[in-house]
Amino acid sequence: MSALLEVSGVSVSFDGFKAINNLSFEIGAAEMRAIIGPNGAGKTTFMDIVTGKTKPDTGRVLWGEFGRSLLAMSEAQIAREGIGRKFQKPTVFEDQSVQENLLMALKKDRGPFAVLFWRPSSADLDRVAALAREIGLADHLGRKSGKLSHGQKQWLEIGMLLAQEPRLLLVDEPAVGMTPAEREHTTAILVEAAKTRAVVVVEHDMEFIRRLDCRVTVLHEGSVLAEGSLERVTANQQVIDVYLGR
Amino acid sequence: MRNSFVARNPSVLIFLAILALFTLAITVLSEGVGLGLVSTSFVKTLGKTLCLALIAVAMDLVWGYAGILSLGHFAFFGLGGYMIGMWLMYERTRQIVVDSLANAPIPPTPQEISDAIGSQIFGVVGGSDFPVIWSFAHSLTIQLILVVAVPGLLALVFGWLAFRSRVTGVYLSILTQAMTLALSLYLFQNDSGLRGNNGLSGLQNLPHLDDVPQSIVSIWFFWASALALALGYLLAAWVVSGKFGSVIRGIRDNEARVRFLGYSVEAYKLALFTLTAMIAGIAGALYYPQAGIINPAEIAPIASIYLAAWVAIGGRGRLYGAVIGAGFVSLVSSWFTGGQAPDVHLGFYTIRWVDWWTILLGLSFVAVTLFAPKGIGGLVDLWTDRRAPDRHGADLGPDMGSLREREAER
Amino acid sequence: MRGIMLKRFFLVLLAAISLAAAARAQDGIGPMQAILQEQAEVIVKSSRTSIGPAIDAVAASGLPQAQGVLEAWQAKDMWQRQADGLFFRATQDGDRYLLTDFDTGAPVGEAGKADLRQIKPNSGVRALLGTALVRFQLLDPDPARRADALTSLERDANADLLAPLRAAIDPEPDAGLKARKQRLERLLTISYDPDQAARIAAIDAMSGDLGVDVRAVLNPLVATTLRVFPGTPPEGLNIAKRLRPGSADLPREAAYDMLVQADLAPPRVSPAALRDALAAHIRNGAVGGVPVAQLSDPDRRTVAYTALAAAGLVPPYLTEDQIDAALEAHVFAMLYAEPSSAVTDAANAALTNISMKVGLNQALDLGLDALSLGSIYFLAAIGLAITFGVMGVINMAHGEFIMMGAYTGYVVQQVIPNHTVSIIVAIPLAFAVTFAAGVAMERLVIRWLYNRPLETLLATFGISIALQQLAKNIFGTQARPLTSPDWLGGAWVLNDVVSISYIRIAIFVLALIFLALFLFIMKRTRLGLETRAVTQNPGMAAAMGINPGRVNMLTFGLGSGIAGIAGVAIGLFAKVTSELGSDYIVQSFMTVVVGGVGNIWGTLLGALMIGSLQKGIEFLNPSNTLAAQTYMIIFIIIFIQFRPRGIIALRGRAAGD
Repeated sequence: MSALLEVSGVSVSFDGFKAINNLSFEIGAAEMRAIIGPNGAGKTTFMDIVTGKTKPDTGRVLWGEFGRSLLAMSEAQIAREGIGRKFQKPTVFEDQSVQENLLMALKKDRGPFAVLFWRPSSADLDRVAALAREIGLADHLGRKSGKLSHGQKQWLEIGMLLAQEPRLLLVDEPAVGMTPAEREHTTAILVEAAKTRAVVVVEHDMEFIRRLDCRVTVLHEGSVLAEGSLERVTANQQVIDVYLGR
Repeated sequence: MRNSFVARNPSVLIFLAILALFTLAITVLSEGVGLGLVSTSFVKTLGKTLCLALIAVAMDLVWGYAGILSLGHFAFFGLGGYMIGMWLMYERTRQIVVDSLANAPIPPTPQEISDAIGSQIFGVVGGSDFPVIWSFAHSLTIQLILVVAVPGLLALVFGWLAFRSRVTGVYLSILTQAMTLALSLYLFQNDSGLRGNNGLSGLQNLPHLDDVPQSIVSIWFFWASALALALGYLLAAWVVSGKFGSVIRGIRDNEARVRFLGYSVEAYKLALFTLTAMIAGIAGALYYPQAGIINPAEIAPIASIYLAAWVAIGGRGRLYGAVIGAGFVSLVSSWFTGGQAPDVHLGFYTIRWVDWWTILLGLSFVAVTLFAPKGIGGLVDLWTDRRAPDRHGADLGPDMGSLREREAER
Repeated sequence: MRGIMLKRFFLVLLAAISLAAAARAQDGIGPMQAILQEQAEVIVKSSRTSIGPAIDAVAASGLPQAQGVLEAWQAKDMWQRQADGLFFRATQDGDRYLLTDFDTGAPVGEAGKADLRQIKPNSGVRALLGTALVRFQLLDPDPARRADALTSLERDANADLLAPLRAAIDPEPDAGLKARKQRLERLLTISYDPDQAARIAAIDAMSGDLGVDVRAVLNPLVATTLRVFPGTPPEGLNIAKRLRPGSADLPREAAYDMLVQADLAPPRVSPAALRDALAAHIRNGAVGGVPVAQLSDPDRRTVAYTALAAAGLVPPYLTEDQIDAALEAHVFAMLYAEPSSAVTDAANAALTNISMKVGLNQALDLGLDALSLGSIYFLAAIGLAITFGVMGVINMAHGEFIMMGAYTGYVVQQVIPNHTVSIIVAIPLAFAVTFAAGVAMERLVIRWLYNRPLETLLATFGISIALQQLAKNIFGTQARPLTSPDWLGGAWVLNDVVSISYIRIAIFVLALIFLALFLFIMKRTRLGLETRAVTQNPGMAAAMGINPGRVNMLTFGLGSGIAGIAGVAIGLFAKVTSELGSDYIVQSFMTVVVGGVGNIWGTLLGALMIGSLQKGIEFLNPSNTLAAQTYMIIFIIIFIQFRPRGIIALRGRAAGD
């Protein structure tokens, strides 16, 4: 089992509409992958299936060295297995400080009783401070995250994702609302992360993907249309048809 | 940021100090041990109010912090009252029966004593046998355990069923309301084993303490209620201060996000729901001996809705808000409904507050939700100069129970 | 009234017939008078035991005037003239009595009270007269009169009437009356026919009948009494069942008490009697050698008592073994009052057959009950299906809108006394009142709280308690009547088991109308289209020129208005009080939630499910409607476990999780 995540033959339909149609997908333990596709191609639904939010009608989703099925697990269990997700719209806990957000995301025992008695050690606080520096929020640790700008919230969410220390990162449009410099920084963080873990990026911005320099999977109408390097994929006639319209 | 618990929560210290001062002041002024400026019945009213404040703290934990608008916590409150009431009534009746049988020429057998107690207690519903649920009524220790165990168990079972199927928001509110209604209807039956609509009565008379006047007993309960409130408040403040607090506030504002962080939302909700049910049970166990009587009407769903309204009026999401809300509304309410408020003569019509108070209260619910989401507790923010954030009308989270823009602080 | 008029008419008729007869017997005494004279002694004596031949003589005379005589006799209108011993019908006129001849029907003068003797039959004799009269009444030319006779016979029959009834069947021209007579004949045969085979045949013939009267006839046949016999019971008794003491049907204590009652065994010493006996024999702080202090132990009490009994001071103490032995020596059995076992077997078989049929019909009746309760819940919930189901607004004051509708109906009835007109006026008026209230509430409160359901819940709850108290202040706490028109008063009776009142049928029809109305508005009108657009995507709807504020306002008003109409309907069979609404609010929400939010068919199914569930539980536990509601709510809580989104659930992205 070389693949970290193996999705095979997955289909799901909502009221007759096939959002995912016999989709198969694989990613290794330390690999970067970009997923592109026009609107309605099933990118978000694909992430919903992997994270357990949506249960597919048919197909298998296997995870890890032992090939365990994710379909029987709840969202929280899947997250604890090491799959982290960054949403398209930044979703952080706005009533809580940056530090609280990061502490909550730190990889620790998630059980209610353990959490009840848990108090951060100095090592934990150092780790949070380091993360904050990496995402440029070191000066904002005590601020309520609701007061951060849109871009800062994106950063905080990336920080939370890193704090979880997942084995697979699912990142949905990370570059939206970022300055070019910030995009570059994001790229650097993701490329760095992909050295030790799997990263799946969903993005519309081709320039951003080009910088990631990784394999690209094109989704269309719920199944894989093409896969390969960005150059190969963009040269594919089918892909051009889909993007430009027939 | 690694300060001590109290340093991070200065309001806890202030609250405890005010509560201690208040308790001492009432004791000094009381009829029983002090100057006699405060009547025994008013001491009882204040003691009961402290119990209501305690359950309001529990409600605030579950609603203000975790966003679960439970309309069932008064059921747990009532169950706690029933549990302690069973012992009080059993022991008191036993004492009377034993005293009266002591004069009999032949000493009574245990069976005769039990039968006599049974017919004393259950004669009113046409029975004389002890139902199974009274098996432990003779033991104060067991009944005290049941005060927390029974509400806790009910909350655990109900919560497990409800949270497991991901019932949230108003659906959960309606479901808890249905649970409360089912429980109160069940208790209204004569064969429920808890004396139907007669309920348990005479609870103010403590067994074996006939010599102690009510004025002293009322002070004891007042102190016990104050202590329970102080401990409950501390516990609640401690629970919400750490990461657990972060998680439940996260659940309130964005449940799905908490789930994707790997926290089992259901387990957290269930733990909190059960914990608050137990606190409610303790509050009830202290309340009803001061009230003297408990009957199923106390458990009716409307009581739980009032509880939510107290928390809203006091200001949800802040523990002292719940205390202020419960204290303020229940005291003002007893002032109006007790007939002490002067009538308003309009010439063509006289507003008698006994009739019109409920209308005023109902409209104040509307006013608070519309115009003052922070409730009375929001006044504290004026003093501490905390202001609501300007988020252009966006609330703090996508979930139904999330904090509103005006409830949050910058 | 009708009976009296008929009687008068009949008397006139009788008089006419008598006049004709009078022509024949102008001189001397008439034939009836002759018969009466023959029996004069017996008639005057008027004793139940001896009167039989006299009544038979009159009844069997074959004379047309016989019925008139018997009726006058029974009504104490027959008088004997002291002077010549002749009998007349006499009617009082002031202090004089007008005499009428029985044969001719012609007046024959008058007499003072002193000259007459009234024949006063006692109740026993009157009953015999009544029996004799029945054969005439059953053959009376007037069908109404025959029907009256049958009715009185059905109410109060006896063995003697069987023969006249049988004789009256064949001549009966009216098919309906004939059927009634035949049915009655079967029933009387079961009870009174001396021939066992005939009785069994009659029982078999009636064994599929659902009538209450059949069961009333059969049940006494299988009635049993519990008897105790020393040793084996004598032969020839119709024994239903032997009972063993200590079984569920016959507890040991009850069995022994029976023995004591029948003087077959000495009484037990009850614990209370034992204690009293001990108390009466305390000597020097001990009883029978046992110190008083030890007597809180039941065993020591027995020891003390046995000692007293040994000394002969008290009756002996019965040990359990003695009781067992006494019980062993006797046989307990349920005995039929009816001696023939063939008849009781047939009756039992017939009753089993009937109860099976009754069970089936009860199930049908229960189904109808459930249907009508379901329609009531549907009516109460349909407004919510709009405000809560479609708009997602939780309105705790919905119940109070129902109450407002009911009170509107009440007020209209105070102004317009005609019930039919007032209901016709009340329905649109209730709609208008609650529509206005709903619109006002939406504009003032709910508009500011869209997407804040928990806050909406609290605010509308505040409105709910305020409205409730307001109603109390205006109308008082006692229930106000909302009377339904007379034409809704009756019930549609299918048979003795199944019936349904018209008002419930009306509510069912109303529920169907509302369902159709709802579907029409939502699927076929502009408002429905705009409502669906606004609820699905308010921003998009606004961009397409729909005013969401206006649509929300109208939709909420519509839901509230329907609640008002439901209030009028519910007020017709429930008492109108300020708590009327809150009685239905939880069930209404349950209906919408169980059915599946946002789907009217789901609401319908939910209402039917909750209605049948409640009726079903009530049927299983009829004494306790409170428990029924408890179990129903628990069932719903469990149901939501398996279908959290209701019976008809929206799936996928539209469900918006």
